[in-house]
Amino acid sequence: MPLLWAIRDLVGLTGTKFGCGKALCGACTVHVDGTPIRSCSYPLSAAIGKTVTTIEGLSEDGEHPVQKAWREHNVAQCGYCQSGQIMQAAALLAQNPSPSDRDIETYMSGNICRCGTYNRIKAAVKDAAEDLS
Amino acid sequence: MSGLSKLSRRDFLKRTGQVAGGLALVTQLPAFANAAGTNVFQPNVYIAVREDGGIDIVCHRSEMGQGVRTSLQQVFADELEASWDSIRLLQAEGDAKYGDQNTDGSTSIRRHLDTLRRAGATARHMLRQAAANEWGVPADECDARGNVVTHTSSGRTLGYGDVAGAAADLPVPDDVPLKDPSEFRYIGKPVNGVDNTAMTTGAANYGIDTVLPGMVYASVERSPVLHGIAKSYDEDAALAVSGVEAVVALPEATKPVFYNPIGGIAVIASNTWAANKGREALQVDWERGENQSYNSGDYRSTLTDKVRTDGDAVVSTGDVEKAFVDAATVIEAEYYAPHLAQAPMEPPAATAIVHDDGRCEVWACTQAPQAARRTVAQVLGIDEAEVTIHVTLLGGGFGRKSKADFVAEAAWLAKRLGKPVKVTWTREDDIRNGYLHSVSAQYLKGGLDANGKTTAWLQRSAFPPISSTFSTEYAQQEAFEKDLGLIDNPLDVASMQIEVHTTPVHTRIGWLRSVANIFHAFSASSFADELAHAAGRDSKDYLLELLGEPRKIDPADYGVAYGNYGQSIDDYPIDTGRMADVVRRVSDMASWGRELPEGRGLGIAVHRSFLAYVAVVAEVSSNAAGKISVDELWFAVDAGRVINPDRVRSQMEGAGIFGISLTLFSELTAKDGSIEQGNFDGYALARMTHAPRDIHVDIMNTDALPAGVGEPGVPPVAPAIANAWFAATGSRVRELPFKNAGIA
Repeated sequence: MPLLWAIRDLVGLTGTKFGCGKALCGACTVHVDGTPIRSCSYPLSAAIGKTVTTIEGLSEDGEHPVQKAWREHNVAQCGYCQSGQIMQAAALLAQNPSPSDRDIETYMSGNICRCGTYNRIKAAVKDAAEDLS
Repeated sequence: MSGLSKLSRRDFLKRTGQVAGGLALVTQLPAFANAAGTNVFQPNVYIAVREDGGIDIVCHRSEMGQGVRTSLQQVFADELEASWDSIRLLQAEGDAKYGDQNTDGSTSIRRHLDTLRRAGATARHMLRQAAANEWGVPADECDARGNVVTHTSSGRTLGYGDVAGAAADLPVPDDVPLKDPSEFRYIGKPVNGVDNTAMTTGAANYGIDTVLPGMVYASVERSPVLHGIAKSYDEDAALAVSGVEAVVALPEATKPVFYNPIGGIAVIASNTWAANKGREALQVDWERGENQSYNSGDYRSTLTDKVRTDGDAVVSTGDVEKAFVDAATVIEAEYYAPHLAQAPMEPPAATAIVHDDGRCEVWACTQAPQAARRTVAQVLGIDEAEVTIHVTLLGGGFGRKSKADFVAEAAWLAKRLGKPVKVTWTREDDIRNGYLHSVSAQYLKGGLDANGKTTAWLQRSAFPPISSTFSTEYAQQEAFEKDLGLIDNPLDVASMQIEVHTTPVHTRIGWLRSVANIFHAFSASSFADELAHAAGRDSKDYLLELLGEPRKIDPADYGVAYGNYGQSIDDYPIDTGRMADVVRRVSDMASWGRELPEGRGLGIAVHRSFLAYVAVVAEVSSNAAGKISVDELWFAVDAGRVINPDRVRSQMEGAGIFGISLTLFSELTAKDGSIEQGNFDGYALARMTHAPRDIHVDIMNTDALPAGVGEPGVPPVAPAIANAWFAATGSRVRELPFKNAGIA
């Protein structure tokens, strides 16, 4: 079983989303020992003994700089892909505190947003980077 | 806040170890409480003021990213003079008492603004009256705002909650004055999204997220060809998959398909993954049926052949034949645009329970809760009153979730199995078994006089019509898609003929954001640019010349019945002056006419749809490999009065990206009746790397009657990009998506 369905159907945390099932869209992104992975294509067995962080666990109070920046920029439209976008962005900033536009585009290009919020995501990531620095 | 990272390893393993044992946790059901209780003031179905001073507001429209929950709260809060934080926003169930809930056609504000303002204003006036009665003073000496009524001269105050009980006893006035726009507190302001916190913390509930106690999970293998029938399948192999509990055949698709389920074999399991694995084991052998003849290559020839011949003339002004004879220059062009999938990031998903007394409750990401209610009632053979449709957030809709087939699947399975069922479509289901956006061919012919003025315009449009979803007699009907950017052509051309062909239909066909406007705008606005080049003129100047003097067009004046998006043509004429205004504005924004280096170009297009006027300029460049980059987009939008300019802006930004997807990458093709694409590898969408560095949006003319916003941004994007590519490279692309020309 992929980690995604264990998180959603067995543990009951539904913030992590299903989008494609083939690691093509990034909606299911979570952190395993701090590394962003596509949980729809990551075996549950590989997660045993590791720390899995979902959107619900990114911060105690929803105040992670990325979450704050997302709200300030009104990034979300339908909001469905944003759990994955936020987890991916948080991972980017954890390893690259001041990413260039190109860094952001490349790192985030695995996450599809059908509503088309890319420009706001980019702006929010930059603000979050400033907030973190 | 609970987090997976906060679970102990033992706890995690314990929970995830129960693959076969069923659900370990049950999340809280979404709260959809109806306001009820004592001393609640409920002057209409949308508003309830509680004794504790809190206010319940009911949003009867579906939220799918357009921001309607925020916008409607703005409208109510403004007229009710309510304090923002006192409001609890509830989501309406599907019920006729709310008026039309079908959230499509970009209608939420334009059709409901007045009603909702009146609902809010009525409540405020009654609360004020109740307080005035309490004090024995005239109501007009009192002021109601911020949930408090104040007697202005004495300074006495009563909270809304204090007078809720008394207000409930007052007669509801018929007609109360609305606020003057200069006093708007929320309307017209860029208020933050009401669901921002939920959406950034994983707490937002979508259709796919519903969990009911004792629920099972269903995955349905549907025929790869519409109206195909399962000849045989391996039920035992599916049942042998760990977690699979049952295999159930759904009833066959109906003709026409309506919103009914389209048959298939459902695998029922203790979790989604097991259901999907069981489904793979079925190995269904399909009798592919009559639609297996459907091949996109052949069908394209059918469409193209049609538009090369006369169709049904739906507009005929002047004398187009003579005008072509008299023309100094005649140009012709054919355009083609493929089937598309709406592909919302959340695929269709619904959860249903049928209670012991026969009542059915469904939680679903539906754009059309009333249609869902009707469909479920029909499929179960019960009365609509026995069906409750709880509307969740929608993880995107784009027209797909107007259709209730997936809702009815869940209800039917819940009844059959006698337990709650969640149906989740896979991405492949969504791409292969959807309601497709029509494929289309267009033929354009233009005549110019010796001065380069366009004197003749002939356009032919051919596509499989949406009416085929609702009638087997569609070939005898006039396609309503002609009203979507075809017969409402606003160009000032003396002789104009517009013809339509309908063609055989082999798939389900449905709405996709802005619908036929996509291919009509792509062809007409590309061709306007071709005429400009034939005349040797600047594209923007020539476009303004084609629009002509400012005038208000009523197609009835030239004998054409026109739907006008359900609104009166007197209230919402086709106003070429407003079209020209957005063209000029967007040109200024983009500094139209500036010098650009080799391989870089600007393109412009304007389109009226859903009663709004949107002009777009695209700046594109060709890289060393000859591939296109859409570097910048400018939108000038005239949608009349807007409630939340930031959400209008975001809809245009989204339209830009949606437009880039369909211009450059996306297409569905059929082979032997089956859709060849299945996921985001084959059905490609724009990613962040394809986004322009900036998308600029200017909103204008906000005193006019409100128009649509969710869809009108899309149609001008493709022709603006195509025209820009021509300006950059001299190469005219008349077929979507561009990737088929090797440039994306």
